[in-house]
Amino acid sequence: MRIASILKRHELYLIVIIALLSVLITSINHHFATLENLLDMLKLSSFTGVLAVGVLVVLLSGGIDLSFTAIATVAMYLMGSYILTFGGNLLVAILIVAVTGIVLGAINGVIVHKLEIPAIIVTLGTLSIFYGALMVIAQGRDIYNLPQWFRDFAKLNLVSWRNVGGSTYGISIFLVIWAVVLAVTWALLRYASVGRGVFAIGGSPLAASRAGYRIGRIQLFVYCYIGMLSGIASMIHVGLVDQIAPHSIVGKELVVIAAVVLGGASLSGGKGSVLGTFLGVFLFAVIGNGLTLTRVTSYWQDAVTGIVLLLSILIAAFRERRREKSLVRVNVEEGKAKA
Amino acid sequence: MRLLAGRYRTLLTLGAILVVVAVLMWVLSPDRFLSGPNLQSMAYQIPILGLFSLAMAVAMITGGINLSIISSAIVSGVAGALLLKSLVHAGMGAFQMTAAVTAAILVILGISVIIGALNGLIIGYAKVPAVLGSLATMTMLQGLAIGITKGGAVSGFPEAFQFIGLGVVGGVPLAFVLFLLFAVLLSLLLNRTPWGFSIYMIGSNERATLYSGINNRAILLRTYVLSGLLSGVAATIMTSQFDSIKASYGSAYLLQSILVALLGGVSASGGQGTVSGVVIGILILQCFSSGFNILGFSTFLTTAIWGLMLILAMVVSFVRERSVQTPSIV
Repeated sequence: MRIASILKRHELYLIVIIALLSVLITSINHHFATLENLLDMLKLSSFTGVLAVGVLVVLLSGGIDLSFTAIATVAMYLMGSYILTFGGNLLVAILIVAVTGIVLGAINGVIVHKLEIPAIIVTLGTLSIFYGALMVIAQGRDIYNLPQWFRDFAKLNLVSWRNVGGSTYGISIFLVIWAVVLAVTWALLRYASVGRGVFAIGGSPLAASRAGYRIGRIQLFVYCYIGMLSGIASMIHVGLVDQIAPHSIVGKELVVIAAVVLGGASLSGGKGSVLGTFLGVFLFAVIGNGLTLTRVTSYWQDAVTGIVLLLSILIAAFRERRREKSLVRVNVEEGKAKA
Repeated sequence: MRLLAGRYRTLLTLGAILVVVAVLMWVLSPDRFLSGPNLQSMAYQIPILGLFSLAMAVAMITGGINLSIISSAIVSGVAGALLLKSLVHAGMGAFQMTAAVTAAILVILGISVIIGALNGLIIGYAKVPAVLGSLATMTMLQGLAIGITKGGAVSGFPEAFQFIGLGVVGGVPLAFVLFLLFAVLLSLLLNRTPWGFSIYMIGSNERATLYSGINNRAILLRTYVLSGLLSGVAATIMTSQFDSIKASYGSAYLLQSILVALLGGVSASGGQGTVSGVVIGILILQCFSSGFNILGFSTFLTTAIWGLMLILAMVVSFVRERSVQTPSIV
């Protein structure tokens, strides 16, 4: 029974697909299966990875957030402007992005709960408001000359090695941040009462409220959480690209949601896992990296991403319907329904 | 009877808002807003967003949404444009030119219909939620458009093709006439046919519709085909009017088409909305848009204002729905 339930899990499918793809890519280009490439791939995915964790939590609660890219943009811009004008240190920087994210997320949460407007429309609106307002104020200027301490932080490695060419690679600090975010979210969802509440309102808001969960508070938490993670992710983004360009993040929201959905999260709430989300992001990274290493022109990467997404949701939909059908059959056997 | 009165009340409210906005813009910029050139440029801009909004509204009335309308238009536009470029060569006769342009239009509309059918199959038959299904096709189509064009533009079409988007018939832009024609046809379809009736029914209560003997899946399939076709007409006008087509075109239309549909009284949860409401919605948005343009607002400020209006429109419809629903429960 236990093994059967594990075998049916979505995560296993993903691991198999990733393994098959890895073998295929390695057979074309041996560079793929090196520790250096793996760590590089993970480091570059850490930005999407942290965002994806936030998206997972929102999806689990039965909501959706399209505005997180705008929140990330506002957060990194505020941080960049502050540390360039007033100096400051790493702690201040983290505080700025996290608080900005939480405040903007709270705006989403309050509107979604108080006005009972569909979350997709609220966050589509706030996406335009946050981003538009920032661009009006910042006038689309990029920030380049980041302070040295920030650049040093971005290059920090937990462990590092030297490759044949002499350059160093290692476990980046961003990878560590991503791992911490994954672990904390996993624990939160599994052990904290608010985490259980997220699953509860995602499964059935009515049942959750009858069971004593406060829907408004949980929704507020969820949108603040994705806001905070967007802020943290924006810092990773700044570290990775070594500049702050206000237009560089907005427009990527659907790719992140796609990775989470690929990881097995349901858009109707209540279903999804932290491991699945990690694997979804990783699968996209493998596809992207593989297309580069096998020299497929970069113009087709988006199309491949879209096709993978389309196939994965179709498979998920068919599995869901098979499950529904099997549920009906149980009812018939028990004589509860005459179909 | 009360339903009828309620419907006209919505239209009346929208009409009043339109007049207020138009007067406001006229007061803010008396010599330019009602000038000939501005009215003419509005008449050129309305059809594209208007058709996209109708495509969005049809899907929303069924209780779904179609996020892929813009990317569908881009892909079909690119295909039509490439075909046209390959068919047209110097010294072509008038007959050959007409045939080439017709072929291009048919390809654009045909591909739009196929994409619509794909959406319909995914949403109606595979029962994927509309947000997710159309999101997936949107991602795929965007990628396809980038892949085919390598991120560049396809441009430079013969005058015969440009006539669709830029031509004038009896003093009115042809594109505007096309928009009105499709709006009237869609209105007839929604109000006078069993199909139209089923679209509203599915949006109000999908299960009850199914139990009343309607083939929901087939209706959804046809409705998403219709949505695709409308975006195909928009694609034809857009490609012709811009005289070029590119993967990055029209990204702002997605938010705006949802905004217009909601402004026009289409309910986000389905079952409600009229073509006349959407048409007034597009007129309101266009008045704002032209007004902002004359006042020299930046595109980013305009974007922020659209977002704010989107949420305000939802708040208004939330309050309105509550005030309508409360007495019926008692």
